Amino acid sequence: MINFVQQRRWFFIIAAGLVVLSLVALGVSQAIFGQALRISIDFTGGSLFVLQFQSPATEDGIRQVFEDQGLAGPIVQQLGTKDENLWQVRARFVSSDEASAIMNALDAQVGTVDRANSTVDTVDPTVGAEVTRTAGLAVLAAAVAVLLFIWYSFRRIPHAFRYGVASIVAMMVNVVVTLGFYTLMGILQGWEVNALFLTALLTVIGFSVQDVIVVFDRIRENIPRHRGEPFELIVNRSVMETVHRSLATQLNAMFVMIAILLFGGASIKPFIATMLVGMVSETFTSLCVAVPILVVWEERSQGGKPASAQATA
Amino acid sequence: MSNRTTTAFVLILLLTLVALYLVLPIQHPEWITNLLFWQPEASRSLEFQRGLDLQGGLQVLLAPDLPAGQALPDGALQASQQIVENRVNALGLTEPLVQTRGSRNIIVELPGIADPEQAMDTIRGTALLEFIESSTNLLPGTPVTTTYGLSTEEATAAMALTTTQVYSTVMTGAELKDAYPSSDSQTGEWGVTFELQSTASAMFAQYTTDHLNRPLCIVLDKVVISCPTIRSAIPDGKGSISGNFTYEEANKLAIQLRYGALPVPLKIESYKAVGPTLGQTSVERSIRAGVIGLVIVFLFMIIYYRLNGVAAALALALYVLLNLLLYKLVPITMTLPGIAGFLLSAGMAVDANILVFERMKEELRRGRSLGNAAEAGFSRAWTSVRDSNLATLLTCVILFVFGNAFAASLVKGFAITLALGTVINLFTAIVVTRTFVRVAFGLIGDKALEHPWLLGI
Repeated sequence: MINFVQQRRWFFIIAAGLVVLSLVALGVSQAIFGQALRISIDFTGGSLFVLQFQSPATEDGIRQVFEDQGLAGPIVQQLGTKDENLWQVRARFVSSDEASAIMNALDAQVGTVDRANSTVDTVDPTVGAEVTRTAGLAVLAAAVAVLLFIWYSFRRIPHAFRYGVASIVAMMVNVVVTLGFYTLMGILQGWEVNALFLTALLTVIGFSVQDVIVVFDRIRENIPRHRGEPFELIVNRSVMETVHRSLATQLNAMFVMIAILLFGGASIKPFIATMLVGMVSETFTSLCVAVPILVVWEERSQGGKPASAQATA
Repeated sequence: MSNRTTTAFVLILLLTLVALYLVLPIQHPEWITNLLFWQPEASRSLEFQRGLDLQGGLQVLLAPDLPAGQALPDGALQASQQIVENRVNALGLTEPLVQTRGSRNIIVELPGIADPEQAMDTIRGTALLEFIESSTNLLPGTPVTTTYGLSTEEATAAMALTTTQVYSTVMTGAELKDAYPSSDSQTGEWGVTFELQSTASAMFAQYTTDHLNRPLCIVLDKVVISCPTIRSAIPDGKGSISGNFTYEEANKLAIQLRYGALPVPLKIESYKAVGPTLGQTSVERSIRAGVIGLVIVFLFMIIYYRLNGVAAALALALYVLLNLLLYKLVPITMTLPGIAGFLLSAGMAVDANILVFERMKEELRRGRSLGNAAEAGFSRAWTSVRDSNLATLLTCVILFVFGNAFAASLVKGFAITLALGTVINLFTAIVVTRTFVRVAFGLIGDKALEHPWLLGI
């Protein structure tokens, strides 16, 4: 049997490294954009134009049009490859009249905009505030649900508190790493935190809690079966017994997500990528963070004695 | 093989055939569509409903544009919704949607619209209510040309042209003071009672006396909404319109009369215009991605779990079919995140199978017989399967609540397909796979144990 638990020092180092890298990414983003997480118009209000030009356009030309129409400081960015002529512009909230004036001015001054392949999205700040409120509510509800779920699953286990803390720490590492990844993509690719990002994050948290619980459940089941064995060994056995399921399940979900990433539409890529990274990191944290924390805690409190003595309660 | 297994197997086959028939993009007989009684009668169909991001179009969030501190009058939002809906219907789109949201918003969705800028002007414009003179009772919905806004000479000139009939405008909504539904004290029938501004009473009294027993059509934005006949002269500016109205119809007409123009000015708080071609490309890409992803999952299950894997792959195929069927039946509007939720749920659907098969392998390694191991696998894995599905459903509930915010509405599509998939998965992964495994083991028997590779041990 592979001694999985013994590698825990490495796991902790990797996890800490990932967390540090994520925090660095957040710091860099804060330094460059003044925002650790770049928040999209879903939450703040504003407008987002994705413009398909029929001929090459220039960043300055596009910016000029927006400024002429009274939208100071638009963020203009080219999407895709150079010859796709696909551009994205972010600006403040615009009325439909303003949007229509902008489109016409772009036609005249920059190049014809192919309306059939373009999108205009504009959100009033009050609408954005509503999304922010609901998002806060959703995060709160998720936190309560996670705590209740963990409490319910471990309610009959001795030292339930340790299991709970270990799961929550693992989940938090996972959240920080996913945030870090998204921030990095924000710096590199201009990804912004939108409603779908939050969706991906909440979904991953849901899966992550399940994964930890499956392993912990097995540990609980194995303690009375293997009385007298050191805790570390029992845990290792439990991990080995459940790892097939975890990996097989994650792999299947990943196959599908990678297929969407490679072949699916562009607009959904950040969403799927977040979910994919969240899932990889979740598999890692549930096995390599939650479990080792439990082992270390259990051994510190007992000085390495067999765990069975108090496990029969 | 027990009788129960055989029955279950036959039922599953039947279900598969029915689902396959309904999902296939072929012409289905009308009586089948008519069976979908829970769908609104006008739009019953066995087609996939595509969201705005998949077919392009315009989504607009409207709110009353009132000075700060001024309250919204009762019923004004409903009346505005009604008027906007009439205008949108006049655009002649296939499936427009106009609904109120909360106490201060109206959502308008115009799928597949080519010119969003013009549509927004139409939505926000001021409506014009007219009463026109006609020699016949025009049907509601008839578009008409009227003399409103024309000078007398122009009107005469316009009416002289014989190609299109031009109706003369008797008065406009501005002359109307109030209108409300009322029931006749004798017959109990619903009608609409209206009152005119005092300035218009004399003119209307004269007109009704002169045009007794002739129709007087009510026209909103140049479309006839009702065409009552003048039964008696109306001397005091108070009259009523009767006709076999239900209360709802009378109330709707009263609202249209009262608020010929929008009762409150509307402003656009948020809108999204998606080019139609963009949506089409997204659909094609998503389908391609989905097929590739699922094929890999099929292969993985078969290679990793062999005989069991074949059972799981077949169950997964049925899973996909059942999901698609429900999207059509309910119907569920497909969006890009919705498709992603479905594909993800399909990838996760095999989780339940994996839990069972891993248990089964453990039992076999402990030396149990094939049949026992299979049953033990299913029954012992059940708690884990249930828990993990419950957790996913809980996530979906939270996401659904979040998706209720307007700008986050895409999230809803993801939550719905993921939740639906999770529920269907309980059926396919447990009931269906179990039946398939029993059938397979029943046919092969314990001989399978002589070929361990068949079981992937």
